[in-house]
Amino acid sequence: MLKREYTAVTYVSGPLLFLEGAKDLAYGAIVNIDDGTGRVRGGQVIEVSDQYTVLQVFEETSGLNLERTTVSLVEDVARLGVSKEMVGRAFNGIGRPIDGLPPVVAEKRLPINGAPINPVAREKPEEFIQTGVSAIDVNMTLVRGQKLPIFSGSGLPHNELAAQIARQAKVLGEGEGFAVVFAAMGITQREVSYFLQEFERTGALSRSVLFLNKADDPTVERLLTPRMALTAAEYLAFEHDYHVLVILTDMTNYCEALREIGGAREEIPGRRGYPGYMYTDLASLYERAGVVHGKKGSVTQIPILSMPGDDITHPIPDLTGYITEGQIFIARDLAQQGIFPPINVQPSLSRLMNNGIGKGKTRADHKELADQLFSSYARGINLRRLVAITGEDALTEMDKKYLRFADNFEKKFINQGQQERSIEESLNIGWALLADFPASELKRIRKDYIDQFHQKTGKLEELVGV
Amino acid sequence: MGVIKKIAGPAVIAEGLEGAKMYDIVRVGNEKLVGEIIRLDGNECFIQVYEDTNGLQVGEPVVSTQLPLALELGPGLLNGIFDGILRPLDKIQEVSGIYISRGIEVSSLDRTKKWSFTPMKRVGDSVQGGDVLGTVPEFSFTHKILVPPDKAGRITSIVGPGEYTIDDTIAELEDGTKLRLAHFWPVRKPRPFTRKLDPNEPFLTGMRILDVLFPLAAGGTAAIPGPFGSGKTVTQQSIAKFGDANIVVYVGCGERGNEMTDVLVEFPELEDPQTGRPLMERTILIANTSNMPVAAREASLYTGITIAEYFRDQGYKVSLMADSTSRWAEALREIASRLEEMPAEEGYPPYLSSRLSSFYERSGKVTTLAGETGAVSVIGAVSPAGGDFSEPVTQSTLRITGGFWALDAQLARARHFPAINWARSYSLFLGILESWYRQNVAPDYPEVRGQIITMLQREAELQQVVQLVGPDALQDAERLSLEIGRIAREDFLQQNGYDPVDASCSMAKAYGMMQMIIALYKQGEAALARGATIADFLGDPIIEKMGRARYVPEADFPAYKAEFDAQVQHAFLGSVKA
Repeated sequence: MLKREYTAVTYVSGPLLFLEGAKDLAYGAIVNIDDGTGRVRGGQVIEVSDQYTVLQVFEETSGLNLERTTVSLVEDVARLGVSKEMVGRAFNGIGRPIDGLPPVVAEKRLPINGAPINPVAREKPEEFIQTGVSAIDVNMTLVRGQKLPIFSGSGLPHNELAAQIARQAKVLGEGEGFAVVFAAMGITQREVSYFLQEFERTGALSRSVLFLNKADDPTVERLLTPRMALTAAEYLAFEHDYHVLVILTDMTNYCEALREIGGAREEIPGRRGYPGYMYTDLASLYERAGVVHGKKGSVTQIPILSMPGDDITHPIPDLTGYITEGQIFIARDLAQQGIFPPINVQPSLSRLMNNGIGKGKTRADHKELADQLFSSYARGINLRRLVAITGEDALTEMDKKYLRFADNFEKKFINQGQQERSIEESLNIGWALLADFPASELKRIRKDYIDQFHQKTGKLEELVGV
Repeated sequence: MGVIKKIAGPAVIAEGLEGAKMYDIVRVGNEKLVGEIIRLDGNECFIQVYEDTNGLQVGEPVVSTQLPLALELGPGLLNGIFDGILRPLDKIQEVSGIYISRGIEVSSLDRTKKWSFTPMKRVGDSVQGGDVLGTVPEFSFTHKILVPPDKAGRITSIVGPGEYTIDDTIAELEDGTKLRLAHFWPVRKPRPFTRKLDPNEPFLTGMRILDVLFPLAAGGTAAIPGPFGSGKTVTQQSIAKFGDANIVVYVGCGERGNEMTDVLVEFPELEDPQTGRPLMERTILIANTSNMPVAAREASLYTGITIAEYFRDQGYKVSLMADSTSRWAEALREIASRLEEMPAEEGYPPYLSSRLSSFYERSGKVTTLAGETGAVSVIGAVSPAGGDFSEPVTQSTLRITGGFWALDAQLARARHFPAINWARSYSLFLGILESWYRQNVAPDYPEVRGQIITMLQREAELQQVVQLVGPDALQDAERLSLEIGRIAREDFLQQNGYDPVDASCSMAKAYGMMQMIIALYKQGEAALARGATIADFLGDPIIEKMGRARYVPEADFPAYKAEFDAQVQHAFLGSVKA
C-alpha cells in the first residue's frame, strides 16, 4: 500500500507543527517529517481535529519550512522493538544504538506508553533487593516492585551512587535473573562518558540496558526516554522472568522538558509553571514498578532527582514523594565532609521496608537493629547541637558515647566509599557501632538478639576494612 | 450517531450527536470507549473519556446511550474491588490479564449468582420508593432489597422465598414496572431520603486523638490534609479498620497501586470488630490508581458516595474514605484545561469549591424513605502541594467539612503517630455530641477532656520558654506541668497502629487513661507541696506504669487502672519519706 503523505503544513513553533487535511492520522500516532532535503525527523500526533492536526516534533525544528515539509505515518502509537539481546547494549533516548553495534532484531514491538497494571493483579512487594550500600540496605531497605527515589541536589554525587547501585544490586537466592535498565535524561556529554566507561569498567554493562538522552538532544525525546526504558524493563521482567532494577536519572530534567513542551502547547500552567497533569504524568512512569501474580520477574525503580535549590517542597520532589514509596535523601553537609555515599538517614524512609526484611529475607534482628541505630543516631545529632551551644563539659559519659556513635555512624557505616557490603556485613557493622553501649541502652532491641549479637560481631575497624 | 471532530487527551469533541443530554454516557470510537458528555455547544458535545484515547481518529463514530452514568446497586457489591466507574477489577483481569486494556464491558454485579430472597411485601401492598421489598443475606449482613427511589405503586405480583439472580423479576407493580434484586441509580444525583437529622452521635474511630479531642459525628465530614509521608493513608486505613461503621466504602482516588494491594491482602485477614467476620466483607474498594485514566478518577468519588448512600438507605451506618480528594481535584483541573476553560487559582476551575461542597453535602444522618435511620460519614484526605495548607483544595475543603485533622510532617519525622497536630486541628461537632458523651461515657467527660487540653496547652507554652532558657531555669511546679504534658502526648495521644492492642481504643479506656493522667498531676502537685522534688516524680515507677497503659487489653484495663489508682496515692514522695 502506498503511504499517504501530508504536505499542508501551516504553522511551526517551537517543537510543534500544525498540519491541515490530515484527519485520518490517529491520536498518538508516530510520524516521519521530511524537511525536503532528505533529513527525516520523528514526530507524534498530540491533538487532532477535523481542521488541523498538531504534531510534536522529536528533534529541533530548525530548517523546517511550510512549503517543502512532508509528513508520513510510521506507526499508530510510539513503540519500541524489544528483545532479550538488548541486555549489554547502549541506546540513545529514543532507542537507537549508540555503541557502534547494529540495531537489535526485535522480537516484538511494544507500545511505550504501557497500560496501567490492574491493582488486583499486583502482588504485595516483600522480597529484599541488596544494593550493597549499608545505609540503604539496613535503614531504608529496597524491596522488589518498589519505587524508591533518591532526592539529591545539583553538584552532589548521585550519579556515582547510581552507578554503584547499578553495579552492586542483586537479589539473594539461587537462579534468579537480574538486570539493570538505566535511563538517563538530559545528561551532559561528560556524564554520558562517565556512565559508559563506568558500566564497561566494572562489568555492569553485561547485565544492563542503557538509554542515554543527552542534554543537547531534542527536549521532546526526554519524554520518551523513561518510557522506552520501562517498556524494555517490563518486557524483560514479565516475559523473561528477570528481576529488573530501573534507574531513572535525572527526573528533574524530565520535568523541565514536560514544562517546556506544555509551554509550547500554550497550556494553562499549574504550580511554578509545571503542567497541571504533572502528577498524572509522573505516576504513569512510577506506577510501572511492581510485582504481579503469575509472573516470576519484577520491576523495581530508583528514580533520581535533583531538588532545585535543595527545596523539598518544589513541585518535582513534592509530587514524586506523593507517588513513590519513600525516599533516599542525599545531604549536602555530609557530602562536604567527604562522606560517600552522603545519605542522611533521618529524612530517608522506605515505606515497604518492613515487608522485605527479617528472618528468611535478611536477618531476624534487622528491624530492631535499624530502629536502634536510627534512634541512637537521632540522639547523637541532638547532642551535637547542644554541644555547639554549651560545650562538651556539660555532657555525661553516656552523652559522649552517643556523640562518638553519631560520628562513627557517619564515618564508618555510611561512609563506605566504593566498597560493596553484603547485608550480613552491614548488619554486623551496625552491631559493632553499638558495642560501646551497655546492653541496657539498647532499648529498641529485644534480649534474644542482644544476647546473640551484642559485642559479638567483631571489631569495627576490621569489619569496615580500615 | 455522531462523529469525532477533535481529540485532545481525555477530552473528545463529537458533532451531530442527536438527542445528546448533559452527563449522558456515550460510546466513543470503534473500540467503544466509555465517555460522558460534559458540555453541549450547538451541534458539538464535549466528552470526557474514561479510557486511554490513543489511537482514536477523527471521523470515528460516537453513540449515545441516552442514559447518565449510573451504577447497578444490589447484592454482590460487598467484598468487591471496582474501578472508578464500578467495573469489577477481578473480572477485568480475567478478560485482559495483568494490564487494564480498553473498551472492556463487564457487569458490575455477578449476573449468574443466585441469592436467597425472602419477601416482606404481599400482592396488593402499596409500596413507595425506598420501601423494603424483602431481604437477601450477604455475608453476615441483611441486604435489604429496596424499591428504586423513583418507583411506586401497588404490587400485582411478588415471588415467594427462593433463589434468584439479579436479573430475575421478583415483583411487578400495577403500572407494569418489573422490580429486580438490583436497580440502577445515576451517580451524580443524590439518592433521596425523608429528612436529614442532627448528627448527634459520634462516629468512633478507635483513635484517641480523634475520638477525644476532635470527634467526628456519624453523618459528619472530616478532612485529613498533610504532606507526603505524614501518614494520611495509614490514618485512613486505620479508620477503615476500626471505625464503628457497618459498611466501609474506600475510594483510592489517584493513589498508589501497591496501597490498594495492601488493603486487598490485609483486610480479608483482619476481623471486623463488630461481627467477627473478615473485615473485607464489610468493605467495598473503589480503586482508580494514579496511572489509571484521569476522567474515571473524577467519577470515582461519585461512584463511592452513591454506593454509600445505597447502604445508608438500608439503615446502615456507612463511612466513606476518599484518598485523596486532591487527586480528584487535579482530574477536574486537567479536564477543564483540555476544554480550555477559564482557570481560577493555581489553574483549578472556578467551580472547584462548589463541586467539593456538593460532594461532601451528600453525607449525613437521615431518616430513610423507609423510615429507618442511616448515616454516611465522609472522611477525605487532602494532599496539599508542598504541604502548604493555603492552596485551593485544602482551603475549599476546610470551608465545608466539620472536622479538620491536620497532619504534621514534623511530628511524623519525630515518629509521633498518628501525626495529627493538636494545636491546628479542630472539630465542629463537639457541641452537638456533648450530651452523648455525658450519657454514654461519663457525666463529667467534657470536664475531664477539658483538663487534658489545658495540660497540652500549658506544656506548649512552657516549651517555648524552655527553648529560650533551658529546662533547668523552670520551677518544679512548671517542670511538673511540662512532664504531664509530655505524658499526655506520648502515652495518650500517640498510638501504635502496628500494635494489636494499641491500634484501637474504646472510649471507656480512653476516659480511664485521661483520669489516670489527671491523677498523676494531682498527686504530683500534692507531693511537691509536701516538699518532694521533680526528681521524685521522674524516678517513680508509676510513670512507667502509665506508659504501659495503652498496651493493656480492654478486658484487663479496669483491673490495671484500679491497681494504678491505689498506687498513685502514695507516689512521688521518695525524698519526703526518706
